[in-house]
Amino acid sequence: MPTKLARIAFGAFIQKEWKHIFRDRKTILILFGMPLVQILIFGFALSNEVKHARIAVFDQSNDSFSQELVKRLDASRHFDVVARLNHPSEVQEAFQAGEIRLVVVIPPGFENALHAFHRAPLQLLADGSDPNLGTTVVHYAASIVAASQEDLLGQQSLPYGFETELRMMFNPQLEAAYNFVPGVMAMILLLICAMMTSVAIVREKENGNMEVLLVSPVKPLWIILAKTIPYLVLSTANICSILLLSYFVLDVPVRGSVPLLIGGSLIFTVTALSLGMFVSSIAHTQTVAMFGTLVGLFLPSLMFSDFMFPVDNMPEPLRLISYILPSRWYFYIVKSVMIKGLGLAGIWKELLILSGMTLVLLLVSIRKFDNRLAL
Amino acid sequence: MKGIPVIRANELTRKFGAFVAVDRISFEVHPGELFGFLGANGAGKTTAMRMLSGLIRPTSGTASVLGYDVYRQSEAIKRSIGYMSQRFSLYEDLTIMENIRFYGGIYGLDSRLLAHRADEMLRQLDLELQRDQLVRSLPTGWRQKLAFAVAILHRPRLVFLDEPTGGVDPIVRREFWEWILNYVALGNTVFATTHYMDEAEYCSRLSVMVDGRLAAIGSPSELRRQYGVHDMEELFLNLATSSFT
Repeated sequence: MPTKLARIAFGAFIQKEWKHIFRDRKTILILFGMPLVQILIFGFALSNEVKHARIAVFDQSNDSFSQELVKRLDASRHFDVVARLNHPSEVQEAFQAGEIRLVVVIPPGFENALHAFHRAPLQLLADGSDPNLGTTVVHYAASIVAASQEDLLGQQSLPYGFETELRMMFNPQLEAAYNFVPGVMAMILLLICAMMTSVAIVREKENGNMEVLLVSPVKPLWIILAKTIPYLVLSTANICSILLLSYFVLDVPVRGSVPLLIGGSLIFTVTALSLGMFVSSIAHTQTVAMFGTLVGLFLPSLMFSDFMFPVDNMPEPLRLISYILPSRWYFYIVKSVMIKGLGLAGIWKELLILSGMTLVLLLVSIRKFDNRLAL
Repeated sequence: MKGIPVIRANELTRKFGAFVAVDRISFEVHPGELFGFLGANGAGKTTAMRMLSGLIRPTSGTASVLGYDVYRQSEAIKRSIGYMSQRFSLYEDLTIMENIRFYGGIYGLDSRLLAHRADEMLRQLDLELQRDQLVRSLPTGWRQKLAFAVAILHRPRLVFLDEPTGGVDPIVRREFWEWILNYVALGNTVFATTHYMDEAEYCSRLSVMVDGRLAAIGSPSELRRQYGVHDMEELFLNLATSSFT
C-alpha cells in the first residue's frame, strides 16, 4: 500500500479506536477509575500496615528515660498506649481481654542500667495468636526503641546499646505502600493492556468486523498496531498517575531514576500488550478473552509475583511458575528502582529477562495472529 | 456485456487438511454482471470468495481478479474491491458519519473526497439528518443499505457480497437488491453469495456449488431450460440431492 494511503488508513484506524474507548462508559471507568481505586483501597483500607494498635506498658522503672520511651511509642501512629500495668499478672489478663496487641515491659532501674552497664534489657510481648500482626507490632516497637536510643544517648553513645538491633532496610517504618505500589502498577498494566486489548480485538472478530478489515488494504500487523497504540498511550498515562498518586497521597518515594522506572514500565506494557494479542488470537468471544486474561494471567500474577505472597516460601514447582511470569520480573524492577534506588547496574539482569520474554511473546503473538488470518 | 473478465478462475482448489473445501472450480465473470453464487452452507461458497478476495491462498489452480493474480497480487486486489459480509460490519457504537469516515479512511480516501462522497451517499440514502446518530439506533434495513453504501465508498469496480441479506425481512431484501442492481447498472460488477433462492432471480448469471464443485452455471433462464425446472429452488434441490445418491 502506498505510504500516503497507509497514513490515512492508519490515522482513521487510531481515531476509531479512541472513539470506541471514550464512548464506552465501562471502558473509561476501568481505565481511569481502577488505578485510582486500587491505589486508594490498598493505601487506606487493605494495608497490612498496623495503625493505632492498642498497647500496654508495664513500666517498673518510671525514670525519665522510660517515660520518654513510652511517650515516643504513644506518639507513633502505629501505637496508642491505652493501659499502664502495675503487676506481672496483669500482662496475661491484658492479652486475654483481646484488646491489647503488645505489652512493653520495662524492668526496674532501666536508665541506671543503661548508664552503668551500657545495656538495658527490655521486653516486648506480643499476641502470637495472630503471628503476622504479632511480628509486625514487635518490629514497629523495636524500631521506635532503637530510634529513641539513638536520640537519647546521641553521639556520646556507648560501645554497646540495646541487645538487639532490628532494622528494616529501605523501609524502616515498614510502610505497606512500599510493597503494594509496585504490585498495583504491575496488575494495572496487565489488566489494561492484556485484558482490554484482547477484548477489543476479539470484539472485532465477534461482530464480524475483522473479516471486513482483513479484506481491506490495511495489513494485519497495522490493524493490531492500531488497536494497541491507544492502550499503550493510556497505560503510560496510568503509570504516571499511579506514581503521582503514590508520591503525593501515600508518600511513597521514587528513590531511583524516574526515566529508568518509566522505561521498565514501557517494556512491561509491551509484554502485556503481546499477551493480550496472544489471548485474542486464541479466544473467539469477548467473554473468553476476559476470563482467559483474568484466570490465565491476572490471578497467577497476583499470586506468584512476590507481591502478595513471598515466593521464597513456596515449594519448588510454584517457584518455577513465578520465574516464567513477566510480572514477577517487572515487580522486582519497580521495587528495586523505586524503593531501593537501584540504578541500571542493579537491575540489568531482570531487565534483560523481561525484555527477552517480551520479544519472544511479541514474535509469537504476531506470528500466531498472521497465521490465524491466513486461515 | 463481454469484455476482459473481471474474475477468471481456473481449476481453483482449496484444501483444509484432507478436506477439499473448493474442488477445481473454473468460471469467468464479466464486467457489468451481477453474478450469483449459490450453495448450501458448507458447500464452499465462502471459501471460494475468500480466495478471490485475497483473504486466503488457494491450494492449487489459478485465478485473476481485475487482472491481478490471487497468489502474488492480493494487496492490489484488496485495494480495488469492495466487500460486505453476511455478518453486520458497521460499528454500532459509532455514528453514521464516523463509520463512513473510518471505512473511507482505511481505503485511503482523503478527507475532501470523503466528505464529498459521504454527502452524496447520505442524500441518496435519505439519511442526511441522521448522520450524527449512532448506527445502533438505525432500523436493520437501513443499516444493511448503509453497509453496502459504505462498502462501495471507494467506488470499487468489483464488489463481493457474502450473504448480504441474511436475517433481513423480504421487503428490505427487495430494496437492497434494487440498490445493488443500480450499482451494477453503472458498469460495475457484483459477485454475491446467497442461499435465498428467490434472490437468485436478480442475478444475470449464477452458479450452484455442491460439495466444493460447480454443479451448474448459466443465466437463470438458461438453467431453468437446461434442467427443466420452474425456479431456482427446484434446481437447487435437484442438484443438492443428486449429490447424495
